[in-house]
Amino acid sequence: RLSVLLPTYNERDNLPLVVWMLVRTFRDSGIDFEIIIIDDGSPDGTQEVAEQLEKLYGSDKILLRPRARKLGLGTAYIHGMKHATGNFILIMDADLSHHPKFIPEFIRKQKEGNFDIVSGTRYKGNGGVYGWDLKRKLISRGANFLTQVLLRPGASDLTGSFRLYRKEVLQKLMEKCVSKGYVFQMEMIVRARQLGYTIGEVPISFVDRVYGESKLGGNEIVSFLKGLLTLFATT
Amino acid sequence: LRPSLIPLFSPQATMTKLGQWLCGLALLGSAWAALALAPPGLQPPAPLRQALLPLPIYLLVAFGCYSLATVGYRLATFNDCEEAAAELQEHIRAARADLRRQGLRL
Repeated sequence: RLSVLLPTYNERDNLPLVVWMLVRTFRDSGIDFEIIIIDDGSPDGTQEVAEQLEKLYGSDKILLRPRARKLGLGTAYIHGMKHATGNFILIMDADLSHHPKFIPEFIRKQKEGNFDIVSGTRYKGNGGVYGWDLKRKLISRGANFLTQVLLRPGASDLTGSFRLYRKEVLQKLMEKCVSKGYVFQMEMIVRARQLGYTIGEVPISFVDRVYGESKLGGNEIVSFLKGLLTLFATT
Repeated sequence: LRPSLIPLFSPQATMTKLGQWLCGLALLGSAWAALALAPPGLQPPAPLRQALLPLPIYLLVAFGCYSLATVGYRLATFNDCEEAAAELQEHIRAARADLRRQGLRL
């Protein structure tokens, strides 16, 4: 059984679309599922839409577990997992950059290698990105190269957040990880390797529809580098 | 090997990446220094010394070139998912229509 964790903040428009696509994917492929929506007090009415979805699909399939304010991704996962009844957890973005159609492939890959973690990668196979200009792609590839050289992580896409975890594995990792943002996703993979967990990869396409609005600023790059160096020195 | 047994058989596994780099650099560095900077009595033959002395710089430059080439290649072959974006638009339309039909206020 699969528990999908969907942390949301101001996703009033995208949430119903993501949930609809998830439900359709799961029904078409016969996967037993539940979707846990963790909304951090979005001011745009995300919670209302979530309630409508709960009525439409049933409260055994759509679990609303909101929080009062924006508290961060890591704690959202922990909070969501407390209510998860599945034995596998899927994390993904709720803004339609990750398409649910890849989930059956994640599951297939997991069975194939009995992996503890299956990570969606934009950098291998026919994985890729839509909506990035040359500069953004360069930063992405450059940062990934640096990460590969310094950390030799055994996974091609460290900052991706489209992943399938065994529930116990995610619980164990959440105890150990301390970083925030991009580095948080990286730390999960690095710690997983430390603990001897196996990681499989599935190429995914990442459709960025917000790149125009939310640019990758100097601040984010600096904090990424700081996080990378910290991981380099401590793992 | 179960994860908990790894430290017993392989100290590498519990050393940090920084630690591994420092060890590696210390090893290579001292080997190079011993051979290239040896006092007159213990020097290796002249051609070997001539090749050894600039070796660190050569390796650094070679690594720099490798990095540029690799990142450049990966940048050039970075897939642009046009079909994925188009497909997403279609799915969004279908989702909206279906959800409205089922009574959702979008």
